[in-house]
Amino acid sequence: MSDDGRTGTGPLPVAALDDPHLAPYAKRPQAVAAVAAVSMAVGIVGVIGFGVSYWVGNQTQWQAATLGVGLLGLGFGVAAWGKYLMPQGPFVEERHASHSTEEERSAMTAAIVERGGMVVKRRKVLGGLFALGSAVFGVVAAFPLIRSLGPKPGRTLFATNWRRGSSVVTVDGRRVRPSDLEVGGVLTVFPGGHEGNSPDQTILIRLEQLAPGQGELVLQSPGRSDWTVQGIVGYSKMCTHLGCPVGLYQEQTTELVCPCHQSVFNVRAGAVPEFGPAPRPLPQLPLAVDADGYLVAAGGYDQAVGPGFWERP
Amino acid sequence: MIDKSLRWLDDRLGVSKGGRTFLDKIFPDHWSFMLGEIALYSFVVLLATGVFLSLYYVPSAHEVIYHGSYAPLRGQRVSEAYASTVGLSFDVKSGLLMRQAHHWAADVFLGSIAVHMARVFFTGAFRKPRELNWIVGITMLILGIANGFLGYSLPDDLVSGTGIRIAYSIIESIPLVGSYLAFFVFGGNYPGNGVIIPRFFVLHVLIVPAVIVGLLAAHLGLLVKQKHTQFPGKGKTERNVVGSPMFPTFMAKTTGFMFMVTAALFLLGGFAQINPIWQFGQYQPYQISYAVQPDWYMGWLDGALRVMPSWEWVGWGHTWPLEVFIPAVLFPGIVFNLFIVWPFLEAKFTKDTAYHHLLDRPRDRPKRTSAGAAVLMLLFMLFCASSTDVLANYFHISLNTVLVTFRFLVVLMPIATFFVTHAICIEMQRAEGVGRRKRAVVVTRSATGEFATYDADVRPGDGHEELEAIPVPTYIDLTPRHLATGPGVRRVMR
Repeated sequence: MSDDGRTGTGPLPVAALDDPHLAPYAKRPQAVAAVAAVSMAVGIVGVIGFGVSYWVGNQTQWQAATLGVGLLGLGFGVAAWGKYLMPQGPFVEERHASHSTEEERSAMTAAIVERGGMVVKRRKVLGGLFALGSAVFGVVAAFPLIRSLGPKPGRTLFATNWRRGSSVVTVDGRRVRPSDLEVGGVLTVFPGGHEGNSPDQTILIRLEQLAPGQGELVLQSPGRSDWTVQGIVGYSKMCTHLGCPVGLYQEQTTELVCPCHQSVFNVRAGAVPEFGPAPRPLPQLPLAVDADGYLVAAGGYDQAVGPGFWERP
Repeated sequence: MIDKSLRWLDDRLGVSKGGRTFLDKIFPDHWSFMLGEIALYSFVVLLATGVFLSLYYVPSAHEVIYHGSYAPLRGQRVSEAYASTVGLSFDVKSGLLMRQAHHWAADVFLGSIAVHMARVFFTGAFRKPRELNWIVGITMLILGIANGFLGYSLPDDLVSGTGIRIAYSIIESIPLVGSYLAFFVFGGNYPGNGVIIPRFFVLHVLIVPAVIVGLLAAHLGLLVKQKHTQFPGKGKTERNVVGSPMFPTFMAKTTGFMFMVTAALFLLGGFAQINPIWQFGQYQPYQISYAVQPDWYMGWLDGALRVMPSWEWVGWGHTWPLEVFIPAVLFPGIVFNLFIVWPFLEAKFTKDTAYHHLLDRPRDRPKRTSAGAAVLMLLFMLFCASSTDVLANYFHISLNTVLVTFRFLVVLMPIATFFVTHAICIEMQRAEGVGRRKRAVVVTRSATGEFATYDADVRPGDGHEELEAIPVPTYIDLTPRHLATGPGVRRVMR
C-alpha cells in the first residue's frame, strides 16, 4: 500500500455537497436510482430462486438461471449506483517520484558493499565454508527432491513384452486367430499377460484374404516377407511422433492415421510416414501362427517403439 | 463504532496514514482497464468453485467399478479419478454447475489475461517503471496455462489422457535429459505407476495456485505502489492520475462488476456444456477418438506440433526429436522469453530511459504495434492449425491440402500482418480527425454561384460537461454554497 500521498501536513481539500465533482453522473438520478433498485430487487429474487431450485431438485439450468440472474441483478444495481450516482470527480492524485535520492542510493550500496564486504574480507574462510556448505546441501537435497520421483529409464524405453512365441491377445485376454479378422479389419492386441500395457499396444490389419500356403503378402519393405500371416500385418500402435494410439485406419488407401497430429502411415509400404510430423515408420511386429492356429509373435520389435528420445541410437 | 475500531487498529498498526491514501487512490475511467478485472474475478470464481470440486474429487488412478447414476457407464472399470468426476457432476447437487463454471472460468481467466496483456502491450503500459509488473503478469499467464492443462487432465477421461500422453512425449523429446525427466515426472515409463494423477492434483490445487496468489498480490501491490497509467487527455499529465476514487465510487463499480462476471461464468456453466467427460469415457492408453483438441489456450502449441515438418535428426549416436522439441519446447520458450525481454529491448532500441505514465495510442508506435500484431497473427494461425482435421472434414478438403496451406500461412500471415499494420498506423497518423466525431459541414453558395464549405458550429447539446480535476475532498460541507456550475466546469467535445 502506498503511503507517499498526503500525510496530513497540508490543508485537506473540502467540498460542498453541491460541488459539481460530487454530483451524480446521471442526468436524472432518481430514474437511475429506481432502475438500480429494481435491478437489485430482481437480484434478490434471483438468489432466493437459486436457494429454492437447489432445495427442490437438481436442475443445472434452473440453478444457473437463478444464480446468474441473481448475481447479475445485484451486480448491475451496484455498478449503476457506483457509475451514475456516486461522486464522479474527476478527482486527481499527484504522482510522487518513486525512487530514492542519490544519497540514499549511495548509502544503501555502501551498506551492502562496504559493510558486507568488510565482514567477508575479514573472515574469508567462514565465507568460503558457508558457500561450500550451501552448495553441498543444494546438491544433496536434489536427491530426495528429484531422484526419488521415479526410476532411471535404463533400457526400459527399448523393451516391450513381445517375445518370440508371445501369444497375440485382445485387451480382454482372448487369443486371436487369423480368421477373426476380415479384409480391412483392424484389431488392437497385446502380448498374452500384458493386456492394456501401453508400450505393447499393437494394431493388426488384414490387408488381403490369403489362405495358408497361398503365398504371402508382398509388402514394399525388403526383408520382411515372412513377417505377415495370411495377409495380416502387425505394427506398433504407438505413433512415432508423440505416442498417441494410431487408431484410424483408412481401408481404401490402406493408411493408418494418427488422430492427434494427423501423421499418415502407409501400411503396405511398412508403415512409413507419408505425411505429417511423424519422423519414422511404425515398428513392425513379425507374426506367425502356432500349432493350434492362433496368432503368435515371431519375435519382438526390432527397435524402440513410440516417439524419439535422446538415448535412441 | 467505525471510529473506535479504527482507533484500535491504528494504535497497533498505524493504518490510518496509508489507509486514507488508499481510499483516495484514483482509478482512471477507461473500459480497457476492466480487462484485468475480468481475470481477477474469474480467478476468484476458480478458487471458490475449485474448493467445492476438491471436496468430492478423488485424485487416484486406482481402478473401480462405476456404480453412479449415469447409466451408460454402470459396471465399467474406471479410475477413481474418473468415477469421482462423473460422480460430482451427476450425484452431487449443483456439482455439474460448479464443475462447468470452473472450466469456463479457467477459459475466461486465460482469455481475459491475453486481452489484458494485449492492451498493456499495445498502449505501452509495460514501459519504465512497470517492467517488473509486466514480468509478474507474464509469469501468471504461463502458470495459468500450465494450471489449466493440469486441471483438465485430472478427470482421467479419454481426451485429457491423450493430452497427458502428448505431454510425456514432449518432456521425453528434450535432448540429453528428456527420458530421465519424463520418468521422474511420471514415476516410470508411460503411463507411469499411477502417480501422475495425484501429482497433477497437488500441483493444480496447491502449488501453482499458491504461487499465482502470491504473484497476484505482488501484481496488485505494484499497481497501487506505482499507480495507474492513464490515456492522455485534458488535465492528465505524467505527474498525476485523474479518475474516480477507490472509495466509494470504484469500489461500488468493481464490486458490481465482480458480481456480473461471476453471473456470466455461472450462466455459461449452466447453459453451455463444456468437457462432457461421460461421453468421452475412461482414458486407456491404447484408445483414441477423432477430433482431439485441447482447451483453447493450448491450441497454439498443438497447432505448432501439427505444422512442424518431420525433422527428427539422428546424429552422434543419439536421436534429436526436433519435430517435437522445436515446436513444443523451444518455440514457447522463445515466445515467453521474448514477451519478458520486450520492455528492455524496446528501451534499448529507442534509447528511452524516461518514466512513462501516459499511455500510447497504438498508431503512434507503428513498429511496436505491427510487431505485436504479427505475433498475435502467428499465434492465431497456429491456433487455427490445431483444427486441421476438423477443417478438412468440415470443408471436405484433403487433410494434406489444409496442412500444407497452414505451413505457408503460419510463415506468411505474420509477415503480411506486420506490413499491413504498419501501413495502417502510418495512414491513421496522417489522417485528420480520425477517431473524432464528425462535425457537420455546411455548404453555401454565394450570390455569384461560388461554393464554399465550413464546419458547422457546435450545436447545443453536443459534447458534455467536464470538470477540472480536484483532489478527493476530505470533508463534505453539507451547506450549499450556491455553485450551480462551479469554477472549472467546461463543455468538451468528444
